[in-house]
Amino acid sequence: MSNRLEFKIWLAHRLSAMALGLFVVVHLAGMMIAIQGGVSAQEILGRTSGNYVFGLFYSLFVLAAATHASIGLRTVAREVLGWKGWSAGILIICFFLALNIVGVSAIGGLVL
Amino acid sequence: MINMANNKQEIKVTIARGQLGVDFESFTVPYDEEQTILDLLTHIQRDVDPTLSYRFACRVGMCGSCAMRVNGKPRWTCRTLVRKALQDGELRLEPLSNFKVVKDLVVDMEQFFDKWQEAKGRFEPSESPVQEFAPIKPDNAKRQLADEAIECINCGCCYAACDVVASNPDYLGPAALNRAWSLVNDAKDFAGPERLKAVSGDGGCQNCHTNSQCVARCPLQLNPTRSIAGLKKEVSLATLKGQI
Repeated sequence: MSNRLEFKIWLAHRLSAMALGLFVVVHLAGMMIAIQGGVSAQEILGRTSGNYVFGLFYSLFVLAAATHASIGLRTVAREVLGWKGWSAGILIICFFLALNIVGVSAIGGLVL
Repeated sequence: MINMANNKQEIKVTIARGQLGVDFESFTVPYDEEQTILDLLTHIQRDVDPTLSYRFACRVGMCGSCAMRVNGKPRWTCRTLVRKALQDGELRLEPLSNFKVVKDLVVDMEQFFDKWQEAKGRFEPSESPVQEFAPIKPDNAKRQLADEAIECINCGCCYAACDVVASNPDYLGPAALNRAWSLVNDAKDFAGPERLKAVSGDGGCQNCHTNSQCVARCPLQLNPTRSIAGLKKEVSLATLKGQI
């Protein structure tokens, strides 16, 4: 493994954490505003359907969450379990892809 | 346990012996109020067991060679009074953690200094002669950062206290990275991006968990954790700018 790759992975972990900090605040604020006076599933879909800005925001949110969680698990696997081999790498990549697929599918259900 | 015998206090000292760190030997020795642990060891070696091995040089807190674990914590024995380190009236002396033991309380510092070199802890002058004298004033921000880190004497206490070194033997450790940070802030040093690359390899600064055990155990009250945080920031910016 390139000796600079480890630092870049660490940096991606930190940058995704910074992005998540912003996304979570915007998400919580949005939720608090959206549910004022109660809201039904029909109303939610009415607001999100065709809203591509909403879709882009949550796609970036999913990407940041998947990146952060996967790298975090990779660190736990390496430092706690001592699991550093290719098998750990493949599992982490699968986990990263699975989080993205599940997240983007949910967004697709709301936006498309 | 402290006994009074012939008007002199006695103390039980348990010392690690051999190479494996699993054999211990206990001695009951007299001590005075202002005696340091190094004085105590010297008494044991001279008067009780001449085969005891330990390391010291300056005896006044300048060289760092007498560092060892005192009741589990890395300390300079020349600057630690026995009465201040006692726990339940007893002392337990062991070699520094995270180092290979040579014998008794003496450790092999080779890997520690190899990592110092690996982090480019050596001053790198300009390749061509410098034409103009560059004054670096005391209030210069980078000089102040370098000043905070420069007093390290490489005793190894921070390295022994670091739990990242314990779990990842490739980690460069607080002392080497602290030294690199002092040079990153030295306007007369020209290693530049090469040093930033050196401190961000597999065992680089990104491994630090900021637990600050190094800060807690540094006998000089230096702050290697802050130096490492500075390196993380510098390397991150250089990476994002495509400079390294």
